[in-house]
Amino acid sequence: MSTPLLEIRDVSTFYGAVEALKGVSVTVAPGEIVTLIGANGAGKSTLLMTICGDPRARSGRICFDGQDITERPTHHIMRSGIAQSPEGRRIFPRMSVHENLLMGAQSSGIDPCPGLDQAFTLFPRLKEREAQRAGTLSGGEQQMLAIARALMSRPRLLLLDEPSLGLAPLVSRQIFQAIRKLNMETGLTVLLVEQNANQALRLAHRGYVLVTGRITMSGTGRELLARPDVRDAYLGGH
Amino acid sequence: MSLARTRRPALGVALRDAGLAALIAAGLFLPMVGLRTDVGPTGALFLRTRWTDVLLLMLVVFAGRFLVRLWQEWKTERRAPGFSQRIAGPLSRSGRFVAPVFLLLAVLLPVLPGVGRYELDLGILVLTYVMLGWGLNIVVGLAGLLDLGYVAFYAVGAYSYALLAQYFGLSFWICLPLAGLLAAFWGILLGFPVLRLRGDYLAIVTLGFGEIIRLVLLNWVTLTGGPNGISGIARPTFFGLTFTVGGGPGSFAEFFGLEPSPTHRVVFLYYLILALALLTNWVTLRLRRQPLGRAWEAMREDEIACRSLGINITTTKLTAFALGAMFGGFAGAFFATRQAFISPESFTFIESAIILAIVVLGGLGSQLGVAVAALVLIGGFEVFRDLQEWRMLVFGGAMVLIMIWKPRGLVGSRTPTVALGEKRAISASMVAEGRG
Repeated sequence: MSTPLLEIRDVSTFYGAVEALKGVSVTVAPGEIVTLIGANGAGKSTLLMTICGDPRARSGRICFDGQDITERPTHHIMRSGIAQSPEGRRIFPRMSVHENLLMGAQSSGIDPCPGLDQAFTLFPRLKEREAQRAGTLSGGEQQMLAIARALMSRPRLLLLDEPSLGLAPLVSRQIFQAIRKLNMETGLTVLLVEQNANQALRLAHRGYVLVTGRITMSGTGRELLARPDVRDAYLGGH
Repeated sequence: MSLARTRRPALGVALRDAGLAALIAAGLFLPMVGLRTDVGPTGALFLRTRWTDVLLLMLVVFAGRFLVRLWQEWKTERRAPGFSQRIAGPLSRSGRFVAPVFLLLAVLLPVLPGVGRYELDLGILVLTYVMLGWGLNIVVGLAGLLDLGYVAFYAVGAYSYALLAQYFGLSFWICLPLAGLLAAFWGILLGFPVLRLRGDYLAIVTLGFGEIIRLVLLNWVTLTGGPNGISGIARPTFFGLTFTVGGGPGSFAEFFGLEPSPTHRVVFLYYLILALALLTNWVTLRLRRQPLGRAWEAMREDEIACRSLGINITTTKLTAFALGAMFGGFAGAFFATRQAFISPESFTFIESAIILAIVVLGGLGSQLGVAVAALVLIGGFEVFRDLQEWRMLVFGGAMVLIMIWKPRGLVGSRTPTVALGEKRAISASMVAEGRG
């Protein structure tokens, strides 16, 4: 494997006295889609948030592109080529779709125009809704907006937190297709957290299984899909 | 609205609701109004009961609640795109003309027929509150940081000018930016400890901050004169020309060959506060279209999303506090020079409350709404002066009615900062509380 774009080594994160991550190690190579699956409360979102430095890892190291980012302020991390589409989408409901997208490009100070073009090619629905208040979009459109907004900073690594949450199967399939397209066409590296293990493992090159703050299994998407214990625990047994 | 809800008989619902409200009123008024201790002829206390008063109050509450509820039910039955949206359309379209008309009236006010000293003074007062409202609007309306101690910055500005003029003999025009800077500095000072606070907690700390400033001004007698305040504060000059009543060499009247008149200074002060208020408005409108202003609004919407997009929340919050405080400081310096006398009494919590009420009634984030609310509130205060102790009651009642009628404020729509083709305001009724 080439040198990893993201390397998480032995990271532990605490919420007060509660240890949410217990020495987690994950690597993501450039151009890869890596997924993190696990039950509710396993620590998937915590891992994504720890990469962003909020909450901060109490021990262990996080390196992005060969640089140690463990102790960097959150807004520096988010400007260094990492973008996150947070859990629950978190779009700005009273601002227009256009303004939401501009917010994505703002902190890195880059020209938003190519990003807007890319967003509208990827999700033509957003172009139709451009002047509309984001809070009036459907759930699927809001998720598209959240991803497009994250992409506005032209990241090399996209952190996606449960993009299929609360979406109809058809819509979530569209979202997954868009992610695959992005990855193939632009070589974007993706770290994807999902409850929907089936779809996520089919999409991803590799996957990790997180159980109560520990990585218990890892392998290619196909391998994990084929394992009976994974099928039993996360894919509904068949 | 669900179908079941519209089917319920409006009258029955309203009656039940009003009965409940009357019961709550009874619970409150029985001990508070019903029982009263009076001093008897022998000097001993005795208990007097006032059950009729309680009954009357209950009836008033019952009738009020009944009417409000009935009206709400009636509105629901007529269903959404009805009344409020039908007037919201023309209202937001006419909004384009309302602002320039207001501006024209404000500029022409001193020369309009029938406008005397009293009207001008009232105009100055209203404009001061318009400016304060616009200043606080940056903090509360745009950045979404609930600030209950805004009057502290008003006080800092006023005392900055008064003290700098008194101890160093600096002129108003030098002190004005200094007062703004000092207030901004205190805004940042307040901002640091409250960076991690939000909502109620932030409101309590800012409330405390406002009181601290007032108490320091009250007790630091050697510097501020304590409760006696500072009097004889220098008046501003017009490019070095004074506004002395008697005219004389170096005065405004003499230079322009006018009959000396005290009205000159009032007109000058009027235009001064108008210019300061317009400056506040202009800066706010400009900033809203810039990344910083957009970051404020985004922060109001969702702080966590902002962090995930690499927005530096610390600087975004501090700039909002600093800028809002700076305009409060400008207004304070103006207040000091206009009154020529200031004391801590002018900077009590009720001032903060009024300014906040102006912002909330006007519609958070709406510049025009804030101006209208200031006019209604401060002007209304004056109009109802004859009502004496009933004034506060009328005032409170009006505020309750406005909040029932327009829960998002008088102008509750938000115009996108980036216009795409046709400018479309987002109507108040579409702007739900933090959905999505």
